[in-house]
Amino acid sequence: MALITFTNKGIYCKQGDFYIDPWRPVDLAVTTHGHADHVKWGNKAYLCHELTKPILNQRLGADLNIQTLPYNEELSINGVKVSLFPAGHVIGSSQIRLEYKGEICVISGDYKVEYDGISTEFEPVKCHTFVSESTFGLPIYKWLPQDIVFQQIRDWVSDNHDKLKTSVLVAYSLGKAQRLIKNLAGDVPIYVHNSIANLNEGFIRAGVDLPETIRITPELKKEELQKGIVIVPPALADGKWMKSLQSAATGVCSGWMQVRASRRWRSADAGFALSDHADWPGLLSAIKATEAEKVFVTHGFVSTFSKYLNEIGIASEEVVTRYGNEEEEEKEILTKEA
Amino acid sequence: MKRFTELIQQLEMSNKTNDKIAALVDYFSTADEQDKPFVIAMFTGKKPRRPVTTALIKEWAIELSAVPAWLFAESYHSVGDLSETIALVLPPATYTSDRKLHEWINELAALNGKDDAAKKEYILKAWDSLDTQERFIFNKLISGNFRIGVSNKMLVNAISKQSNTESNKIMHSIMGKWKPEEITYQELIAGAHVNTDNSWPYPFCLAYALENEPASLSEPAAWQAEWKWDGIRGQIVKRNGELFIWSRGEELVTDQFPELHFLQEDLPDGTVLDGEILSVKDGNVQAFSILQQRLNRKTINKSQLNDAPIGFFTYDLLEYQGRDLRGETMAERRRLLEEIMSGLRNKDVAILSPVITFSDWDELAEIRKGSRENNSEGIMLKKLDSLYHSGRKRGDWWKWKINPYTVDTVMIYAQKGSGRRANFFTDYTFAVRDGEQLITVAKAYSGLTDKEIKEVDSFVKKNAIEKFGPVRTVKPELVFEIAFEGIAESKRHKAGLALRFPRIARWRKDKKAAEINTLDDLRQLLASTL
Repeated sequence: MALITFTNKGIYCKQGDFYIDPWRPVDLAVTTHGHADHVKWGNKAYLCHELTKPILNQRLGADLNIQTLPYNEELSINGVKVSLFPAGHVIGSSQIRLEYKGEICVISGDYKVEYDGISTEFEPVKCHTFVSESTFGLPIYKWLPQDIVFQQIRDWVSDNHDKLKTSVLVAYSLGKAQRLIKNLAGDVPIYVHNSIANLNEGFIRAGVDLPETIRITPELKKEELQKGIVIVPPALADGKWMKSLQSAATGVCSGWMQVRASRRWRSADAGFALSDHADWPGLLSAIKATEAEKVFVTHGFVSTFSKYLNEIGIASEEVVTRYGNEEEEEKEILTKEA
Repeated sequence: MKRFTELIQQLEMSNKTNDKIAALVDYFSTADEQDKPFVIAMFTGKKPRRPVTTALIKEWAIELSAVPAWLFAESYHSVGDLSETIALVLPPATYTSDRKLHEWINELAALNGKDDAAKKEYILKAWDSLDTQERFIFNKLISGNFRIGVSNKMLVNAISKQSNTESNKIMHSIMGKWKPEEITYQELIAGAHVNTDNSWPYPFCLAYALENEPASLSEPAAWQAEWKWDGIRGQIVKRNGELFIWSRGEELVTDQFPELHFLQEDLPDGTVLDGEILSVKDGNVQAFSILQQRLNRKTINKSQLNDAPIGFFTYDLLEYQGRDLRGETMAERRRLLEEIMSGLRNKDVAILSPVITFSDWDELAEIRKGSRENNSEGIMLKKLDSLYHSGRKRGDWWKWKINPYTVDTVMIYAQKGSGRRANFFTDYTFAVRDGEQLITVAKAYSGLTDKEIKEVDSFVKKNAIEKFGPVRTVKPELVFEIAFEGIAESKRHKAGLALRFPRIARWRKDKKAAEINTLDDLRQLLASTL
């Protein structure tokens, strides 16, 4: 019998009687990472990596029943061996490895293969069945090494500085923001939106080595911001506060910025193709490294990517899930927080 | 090439006209001298002969990137631009090249006439020496289709600012026949070539749409009213015995309209007429759908001349006895125009567009209601003391169009957009009812706000029935009011008719699919326009 099935509540492991990233309330939710499309409020218990816990406490509530597990340690649930391996997507993100009577299944959630300087580096795990995202599952998505992208961002910031413009980077509050902070810190002060500052505090308490940032408050003078880098989540990118900034230049940091049409769609002043998801070569190398006999493809270019895998001899199937709406769901969180 | 790539990036990075002009000024101040005329040619749509076909370019890109053809097609659909898709799917370059823009262009031109093997060798080598951004530019150089959001006006303003020259002169200078390999940037600015060419047209004066009632304008007596014709804007130039017909697209279309060639005899030298090319039968203007049969044809046969005869309704005079009249008032230009037109032998083909007499705005509004009866789109209002401007200037010329036709339809197909809408379902196909069936009548992709697009996009994702490549059939549920400018018979469409300029007027959330229009409604409308 298969180790996982795809149900209307999420990915279910019958032998262990628990769900992975369910979108409806269940008894036990094994959680890959803290993005809102992968973890919901209302489950009786959560199992996640120790660095995902501060995110859940911050976003879903302090009084949740959360059990944590470090990477590479095994826990038995109803006879199913459960362990977590780094997914490299955001801080705390994990691939969930399940083993039962010699059968191994890995649910990777969201992942990227390039080390980003702050999330534990992705680790390929051999398995029989692999569940993969396909957010950027087209051959047009090939990322430049992040050092090059960060240099582009630094150049852009210094150019804005010369033109007396305030550099505003648009990035998800969980993940991309910390990645930017870690890699851009040093030259100029970094100002962050509340939602980012709150998460950062949780991470720092949990022992993450995160450079210092300044929380944006109403008292902060707008002229001061111009000296540094401002980071805001996408939901705020076209809000009132942004308009109140004098001559702001906005730079969107997202894999979608690889394509000119998306850059124009976002009507940003600049787009940086910096993603926390694997690019096309990354997806293929990660999948091949698992040596899986069967690959389930979730959220993204599902049918295209799955068709391609089958063509190159990797048995694959499309799966409908509720994942992949990071942006919309993040917006909801921000509205609730506000 | 690097400098030009940088310019393109700067132009794309800002939505603000001032930023774009600043980037252009900076470019024309610092770029390679020989590159500049090529850039102007490119931005004004002067296309060199295409050295390699799209099919071959695509084939080589697929081969080199080792992706299956269907996956390349999916990628193209997501990107929405072939040059960019190719730039993105190719493997990374292995070396760099420092060739200048004009060197690339000249080398590409030199490929004409070579065999496919030689072309392939050259293109593959070029791709291997360029980064993604440069490759995109290079691919655009091959196709010649360089649409980058720089209007002629913007370009002219930038060059004018950079060279400290009057913008009218620059516009005049860059608007006609010159070859980037034969002219320098300085010569182009000076307009050295302008006087030597008899064909020079003037930049058209364009009108803004009047959104309010004309009562907001000044006294009726200060205005001249004419019909707003629904044809092709044209300029007829007669100098030194030669006749040239220009279309608004800055194209020379002289050969397409032999009916007008008698003007070579009849017009005095040094005359330039502004007006509308229309289908005219017995002095009456025909529907645009009839004129359409004559457009963009290389050869014209007898039956086309017979079925869709051409005429020219003229409403302005830009040059009189070799003198540039644009600095004269509308009233004075009209007086001289009437004088010129009265001298023609044949007054049924080249026709003086009549002035509509009216004493107050209410009376004119009443007259405007009858616009469709003479196949016009409404009324033009021109200030009698206005000069002839280059391009659009608010306040002197207004087009007061009648409301478009509308039809209520239901959406039945959706497709992801291209360009800036590449990842949303934004291109929809609409149908009307024909008995039990739904028959498609229009495809439209404009008219919704970004917010509405997102809403429709999510409806499509939830209600897709079938999938044909990029197209989804969706549950026929969303009703849209489609506005259009005209209707014509069409053998190519299942409905037997085609709408002109269809666009979404409104999303009729208040209507159900059962309440949409029928094919019979449209057939009746078609019959009434012919």
